[in-house]
Amino acid sequence: MEKVIIVKNLVKKFEDFVANDNLTFDVYKGEIFGFLGANGAGKTTAMKILCALSQPTSGELNVAGFDVYTQQDKIKANIGYMSQRFSLYEDLTVFENIQFYAGIYGLSNKIIKERAENLIKKLEMVEMKNKLVSSLPLGWRQKLSFSIAIIHKPQIVFLDEPTGGVDPITRRQFWDLIYDAANDGITIFVTTHYMDEAEYCNRVSIMVDGRIEALDTPQNLKKQFNAEDMNEVFIQLARKSKNKE
Amino acid sequence: MVKIENITKTYEKGKVKALTNINLSIEKGELFGLIGPDGAGKTSLFRILTSLLIPDSGIVKIMNFDVVKDYKEIRKITGYMPGKFSLYQDLSVEENLNFFASVFGTTVKENYSLIEDIYVQIEPFKKRLAGKLSGGMKQKLALSCALIHKPEILVLDEPTTGVDAVSRKEFWEMLKKLKSEGITILVSTPYMDEASLCDRIALIQNGEILSVDKPLNIINQFNKKLFAIRTSNMYQLMQDLKQFGSLNTAFLFGQVVHFTSKNKNTNSEEIRFFLKENNHSDIFIKEIVPSIEDCFMEFAKNEK
Repeated sequence: MEKVIIVKNLVKKFEDFVANDNLTFDVYKGEIFGFLGANGAGKTTAMKILCALSQPTSGELNVAGFDVYTQQDKIKANIGYMSQRFSLYEDLTVFENIQFYAGIYGLSNKIIKERAENLIKKLEMVEMKNKLVSSLPLGWRQKLSFSIAIIHKPQIVFLDEPTGGVDPITRRQFWDLIYDAANDGITIFVTTHYMDEAEYCNRVSIMVDGRIEALDTPQNLKKQFNAEDMNEVFIQLARKSKNKE
Repeated sequence: MVKIENITKTYEKGKVKALTNINLSIEKGELFGLIGPDGAGKTSLFRILTSLLIPDSGIVKIMNFDVVKDYKEIRKITGYMPGKFSLYQDLSVEENLNFFASVFGTTVKENYSLIEDIYVQIEPFKKRLAGKLSGGMKQKLALSCALIHKPEILVLDEPTTGVDAVSRKEFWEMLKKLKSEGITILVSTPYMDEASLCDRIALIQNGEILSVDKPLNIINQFNKKLFAIRTSNMYQLMQDLKQFGSLNTAFLFGQVVHFTSKNKNTNSEEIRFFLKENNHSDIFIKEIVPSIEDCFMEFAKNEK
């Protein structure tokens, strides 16, 4: 299988605190990769490095075919990123947000118009096209920001807790969008605190105190830890944390 | 203990409806959960209860004090932990706690037993500025500060949002302990799985209450047969179930799909036959007891 993320011995230190302690893992093209861990385990630090927003202390990393030390701009052009919140401009309309982000990624006006229309139709947001994003309920905003994060058809999209606080029906519609994108060959790299969502991933890694303590399919992890569900797996692993507050 | 009658609250001159005609009553010593997604109106309701927001109409009384007229009394008997971290970031852990104690005319020493279990966990960091604490520690400090004047009722706005599964579990253990001290607790959460830890819950969406009862009774209100289904191809399973003749709902639930039919007579055999015809293998079907999340989605759907 083709690898779209290759991480070898990633270390990130902040002074003498080791946030990422020798991480090694690969992510395959088209897979949904769940990146789990307790608060403070080092997920955000690693994700920022993979998105070329921060430099590692040491290690070899390749994202979307590019080197994180020397080809940061190439990486940024080939990935999508959706932060937990506020990733859209609230004082722009739905259509303006799409236009703005697509423009940043250098899409032509003709393509922007075409993709914007498809996207608005797919999300059933035709009536909301000219409404300010601030007037949309959270769930709609999250679906819109995901669709915008993949408007330039990136190889990989990074999602940082995309469904936190979203109502249960919309949360599932959001996962429908994730499945569709993965079916189109976009690799999904996602963090979440909802353990039922960990079950939807092809593979899941679980970080504890800066290290990856487990990485496998949800099915194998449940077998390995003799657990009913992913919640149990997570609790067994996270309880090992030494950084207990 | 708490009586909420016909509370309505709108914003932007009535354009945004935050709460519509809310009625609730909460008994002394109850651990009561307000369960609903972002934007449901949970924070508005809690701010009204703590006298920080005035409703458009309706009455709220806590121990017979009116939240509008008797706001000074209300503030003495309530402890409030807002969803957003609201302690003084440039004061240390210890300074924050002393400050809140003195504002309420008491001392940390006087009510220490109440917060001891929680506070000992952050005591090693008592000289650290509150702004420099990790999320979990901030949460413990905020809870300590909300408790330091020994309130009759504790109001906690989404204390576990964005908190990992292990810390969430520990937080609920702390709440159980406080309940055993006789404190009435009102807590809101977007996590449906936390509902079963409450004595009673209200499910809220779009400013309206969908249902109020003990978690078990809410589950009994679910009036359809619920099936958990799994096959070797879950993506295809979802697509195919959407074509099932009497489909009511099909939602992904972790490793299975939860399925309900409009037809009361639909049974496992009929579903199995349908899936076999659609070339599914390793078919697993089981009738199950619904969770609060199933109920929430069913009630929310009927509301629309």
